[in-house]
Amino acid sequence: MAKILMKGNEAIAEAAIKAGGNNYFCYPITPQTEVAEYLAKRMPEVGGVFLQGESELAVANMIFGAAATGKRVFTTSSSPGISLMQEAISYMAGAELPCVIVNIMRGGPGLGGILPAQSDYFQSVKGGGHGDYRLLVLAPSTVQEAVDLMMLSFHLADKYSNPVMMIGDGMIGQMMEPVEFPDVYEEPELPEKTWAITGAKGRKPRVVRSLFLDPNKLENNSWHLYDKYELMKKNEVRFEKYKVNDKNEILIVSYGTMARICQTAIDEIEKEGVSIGLFRPISLFPFPQDDIFTEASKKNIKNVLVIEMSTGQMIEDVERAVVGKKKVTFFGRTGGIVPSPEEVIKKIKEMVSKKSKTKKKA
Amino acid sequence: MNTDEKTIFARPEGMTDIVTHYCPGCTHGIIHRLAAEAIDSLGIRENTVGVAPVGCSVLAYNYFNCDFLESPHGRAPAIATGFKRLRPDMIVFTYQGDGDLISIGMSEIMHAANRGEKLTAIFVNNAIYGMTGGQMAPTTLQGQITSTCPSGRDLNETGHPIRMTELLSGLVTPMYLERVSVHSPKHIIQAKKAIRKAFQYQIDNKGFSLVEVLSTCPTNWGQTPNESTDWLEGNMIPYYPLGCFKDSFADEDK
Repeated sequence: MAKILMKGNEAIAEAAIKAGGNNYFCYPITPQTEVAEYLAKRMPEVGGVFLQGESELAVANMIFGAAATGKRVFTTSSSPGISLMQEAISYMAGAELPCVIVNIMRGGPGLGGILPAQSDYFQSVKGGGHGDYRLLVLAPSTVQEAVDLMMLSFHLADKYSNPVMMIGDGMIGQMMEPVEFPDVYEEPELPEKTWAITGAKGRKPRVVRSLFLDPNKLENNSWHLYDKYELMKKNEVRFEKYKVNDKNEILIVSYGTMARICQTAIDEIEKEGVSIGLFRPISLFPFPQDDIFTEASKKNIKNVLVIEMSTGQMIEDVERAVVGKKKVTFFGRTGGIVPSPEEVIKKIKEMVSKKSKTKKKA
Repeated sequence: MNTDEKTIFARPEGMTDIVTHYCPGCTHGIIHRLAAEAIDSLGIRENTVGVAPVGCSVLAYNYFNCDFLESPHGRAPAIATGFKRLRPDMIVFTYQGDGDLISIGMSEIMHAANRGEKLTAIFVNNAIYGMTGGQMAPTTLQGQITSTCPSGRDLNETGHPIRMTELLSGLVTPMYLERVSVHSPKHIIQAKKAIRKAFQYQIDNKGFSLVEVLSTCPTNWGQTPNESTDWLEGNMIPYYPLGCFKDSFADEDK
């Protein structure tokens, strides 16, 4: 298929259809409403289901009921709406139902603002609802990658029978970029959905539930989920390295739109003879902690710089990965302010000059 | 074996052979049975999915012999909506108590009903929170004593009990709404007809149907089973009048 110019939100919607995600429930919220508007027209064309619910609370529960059919289902929302969905997300994680949830993040807390942010890292990665559970979390940095990861999200949701969350900041949702869709989304074979609710015809009744009143059974379920998350850690770590080499003085760790801005900054400062590498986690859970450790441990790396559109959330995972081996510094803007490459360059220069001063003293 | 013997009463196929956890004198068991009998008589068991609430009937999936989903508190109509939109060929019913359906789930039931989801809701009203041990519900009657209104429900503080079926009747979309009771054999027969009819509405794809069933809670009312059926008749029925509030296709039956 040839490249076409598309807005991120619409590309995400079309990618879902490509992956067979023909069942969509939604509630309007800026900056992701275009997904709903696009699909209101598109779903009838492909014979899919489109329904605007009365609240994000209801929508997430509709997704829960819909997922129990065994068909591919998804919803999209933005930060405050995702907060409302946490109830059903926890239940779906407990009941092991596959579904895809997209969070086009805006600034918070509370009603916050409507401009791009990355301040829902904790909520997405650490379990936004109650109980011992994890979501598989993917973070695209381009519209094309949003398309690719959206399709992959459906596959991974089915592979692990687990909700998958794709988080992009408002920039990913709103900007237009050329994208290419595959003619057919090809994916490895998946296990049969032996749990799907299809009517007890010629078989015993099935129950989809997260209730285990017997503490031993609940503990067993929690450890069973744990084993699944460990398997994700083994198989689903995804990341990209940009200009990472043995001349790097600083290793930047950044994801999503922010990582792209860092790339521009790295290219600019390279002209001044300063070598910086970028490590961009694509899967936020599982987090590429071993790979970050390996890169950060290299002799040439003096400093690890974490850059986020928040006051610092992913940095906690980076610190955990680096285990005190290197200094971890943070730079971030939040509230809907997207840092410019110049701001990133300024921060890098501060760090580099501090280092030279230290050298002089020595 | 005497071949002249005929089975005239047996466990419905729609129920499992499991002893329920319900308290003596609680009418959940009767209502489960009526739903199972309706499912049997309509021949829909293998194509039906129930949605269990949070409340005393949270374990309903152990007693019904059909596929089941277990919902978060109050969200059964949203869960059922999601399922039914993807599987319009299947029969979907929710089984919800008054705390579940009216208090925490008011929004979900109103909107599911108003969208005209092709669902059947079996709504059990016993005027109290049962599972958590007898707290005030939106349906608790004036002056009724519960653990969170120990001096009796004060209307100045908490407003009047909600008549849910009347409230739903104010919407244009719902197609069949009836309130029944199960405190006497006569009423049980009427309730059975209503529940069957509610399922029939869904089978015929005629829209949203709900049956409110007045139910007893002797344990949390602090009564014997017999006292509780008397209390229901003397106190609940005057405030929650029985009858059909909406039967949009009634003319077709004639």
